[in-house]
Amino acid sequence: MDESATGSGELSADFPTLDRHDEDELLPQLVAHLREHRTKLRQEWASRIQDSLLLHAMTPQEMAVETTSVYDNYVEVLETGSVEALQHYARDLSERIIPRGVETHEVVGIVLLLRDVLARSLFEKYQQDFALLNRVLDAYEPAANRIANTVAVSFVDERERVIRQQQDAIRELSTPVLPVRERLLILPIIGVLDAERARQLTEQLLTGIRTHRAKVVVIDITGAPDVDEAVANHLVQTVDASRLMGASVIITGLSPEIAQTLVTIGVDLSKMNTIGDLQGGLEEAERLLGYTVTRQESSGE
Amino acid sequence: MTNGPALVSILRQGSYLIASIHTALDDSQMIRFQEDLIQRIGHHRSRGVIIDVAALDVLDSFGSRTLRNIAEMARLRGALTVIVGIQPDVAFAMVELGMGTGSVYTALDLEEGLAYLDGHLPTSTRVSHTVATRRP
Repeated sequence: MDESATGSGELSADFPTLDRHDEDELLPQLVAHLREHRTKLRQEWASRIQDSLLLHAMTPQEMAVETTSVYDNYVEVLETGSVEALQHYARDLSERIIPRGVETHEVVGIVLLLRDVLARSLFEKYQQDFALLNRVLDAYEPAANRIANTVAVSFVDERERVIRQQQDAIRELSTPVLPVRERLLILPIIGVLDAERARQLTEQLLTGIRTHRAKVVVIDITGAPDVDEAVANHLVQTVDASRLMGASVIITGLSPEIAQTLVTIGVDLSKMNTIGDLQGGLEEAERLLGYTVTRQESSGE
Repeated sequence: MTNGPALVSILRQGSYLIASIHTALDDSQMIRFQEDLIQRIGHHRSRGVIIDVAALDVLDSFGSRTLRNIAEMARLRGALTVIVGIQPDVAFAMVELGMGTGSVYTALDLEEGLAYLDGHLPTSTRVSHTVATRRP
């Protein structure tokens, strides 16, 4: 058996079909070996994960559960050669661990560790017969690589899906134009203002001015984390366009960071009426419109 | 092109002139409008001018410059000018192309423009009758 096995091992480099045959023969052996030493190998793997300080976001119990199922899945893929189940599992796993703050390098790291642990156990088992070891590794490595690849890709896919979803969510956060009093609109801006959203905002604001016959508009940008030069200039244009429609704009809630950025990059905001916070902005707007708000003595009790 | 029908109706309302532009004007028509309007300011001894551009969905650079010029000429003739009814799209396009109305006051619509003139002209020249302004 050894004799013939060595022969086909040498040929396998030139004839992949023979390699396939080899794989068919050796992989079941390998799988049986991995099944047999499941507990020991899994524990070794888990301790290597701990040594590498990976997955510290997870509790030991969770680790035990996840490593067991990853191990079983791994062996199953080696056996069946079908990565679909693993893909499904990896996506499922990613969905669970991404919110826990598990990073890509950790996931790739643990899969490579498992690959390494299993390879070492194969070294140990076949160390007497170097040729057979070579053939076992020939069969094992492509399958193991495929698994590592699948897990990493699934993880990154899941991650990107989450990011896309969040982007959509941010984009869909509408920029409501809210009438507060007759002829007074407020426009709270929450979230990142990119060029597309800024354009949308202008359109809604100008239409809102016409529909509500607004005279004063308060744009509150407390909720905008950052404003770049393009968006700042767009804001200036929006203010000018509003003025052309007969409405004056008050900008409120410029954060210290944004204020510093705008001045540093040299956006001309001298024509903009800015007031510290929304409350001040509303008071100023009411003053412009001639409203006086008084508190009733008996209210609030 | 100084002959032919006027494309802008210029109506007298007390001491105000109200000019409504109904259709996009080419350059010579714009000049014709300018001449007519400046002439009528003196003729009617008007103190305020309202130019209503609500019907326009485009306003080119020549148009907006002429409007600015008209306002300045009107000022020299003793009348205060308000431009009203700039549409949202037009407003933003004007700003993007860097052609605002300068120091000319703009208002949402005719009603707002009248309210502005009422508030910014000496009382003796105000129109105290017939105009439907919404003053609280």
